[in-house]
Amino acid sequence: MEVPILKQGPYLIASIQSALSDNDMVRLRDALVEQVGRFRSRGVIVDVTALDVMDSFATRTLRDLGRMIRLRGADTVIVGIQPEVAYTMVQLGLTLEDIATALDLEEGLALLERKTTAPGNETSSRGR
Amino acid sequence: MRRAPVDAERQQLHSTTSLGLASARNRERVLEETCIPIQSDGDIVGARQNGRGLAVQLGFSPSDLTLIATAISELARNILLYAKRGKIILKLVEQGETRGIIVTAHDKGPGIPDISRALEAGFSTSRSLGLGLPGVRRLMDEFEIVSDVGLGTIVTVKKWAK
Ligand SMILES: Nc1ncnc2c1ncn2[C@@H]1O[C@H](COP(=O)(O)OP(=O)(O)OP(=O)(O)O)[C@@H](O)[C@H]1O
Ligand SMILES: [Mg+2]
Repeated sequence: MEVPILKQGPYLIASIQSALSDNDMVRLRDALVEQVGRFRSRGVIVDVTALDVMDSFATRTLRDLGRMIRLRGADTVIVGIQPEVAYTMVQLGLTLEDIATALDLEEGLALLERKTTAPGNETSSRGR
Repeated sequence: MRRAPVDAERQQLHSTTSLGLASARNRERVLEETCIPIQSDGDIVGARQNGRGLAVQLGFSPSDLTLIATAISELARNILLYAKRGKIILKLVEQGETRGIIVTAHDKGPGIPDISRALEAGFSTSRSLGLGLPGVRRLMDEFEIVSDVGLGTIVTVKKWAK
């Protein structure tokens, strides 16, 4: 199952449409990490609204994705974690740790906007 | 045979599943049963969707359905990762007034040398999170694991519809 990746201005938006196998998940991670360079994107959103399960593998892969993208110089926001999925992740002891999350696509874009244009961010990236 | 510390009920669960017989005290009537071979990563998705589809018939809450699907996912992945192949058996059962789902993960892989360590959060031989087994134990109402080095592993978990 290929996940469509949409380019919107300086951001990439990956909207997961249905359940993903482990290999699909890894392919998505690698595609985003590559495309952030190709399109010189400043932020990535992964919409997981359609995922009915976030198990240890999915969580770990999303976490790695966020860290790899940070190493490439861009920000990641995971959006759309459903209430039951959040509940199960807490029960399992799974966290996305330092990877940002937002309620939905709209909130995710707003968060990226703040992250990529924040004065602090300017200072650190341009050295002023 | 090594097994995790178990209480009387779990002991009974073990004898019920491994012998395929219902003991006199713990009579579980099987309403429906499916066996899903696990040998590729697509089978993990198939197994958890199948489990959700079965469990929904018992009127589990959306949260419970997600817990069950996630537990199946973890068990199926362990089969694929550590034993290469095996099977997941899903059973809808009735015991007196209560109904529930029993998930059995079965493989003839390398087995687990130290079960109590494998059940510790953070223990992993594949440099993963080591949260699968301890997590599944927390998600489900009953949990039992039987493993024999060189012979394989059987994990049996149950969730009762409240
Ligand atoms: N079916 C199995 N056969 C052999 N060994 C197993 C099996 N299932 C689990 N194990 C062993 O138990 C350990 C703990 O399993 P658990 O699922 O808790 O963590 P993990 O698979 O290492 O990581 P995670 O599930 O968090 O990605 C594994 O690392 C492995 O050594
Ligand atoms: Mg595991």
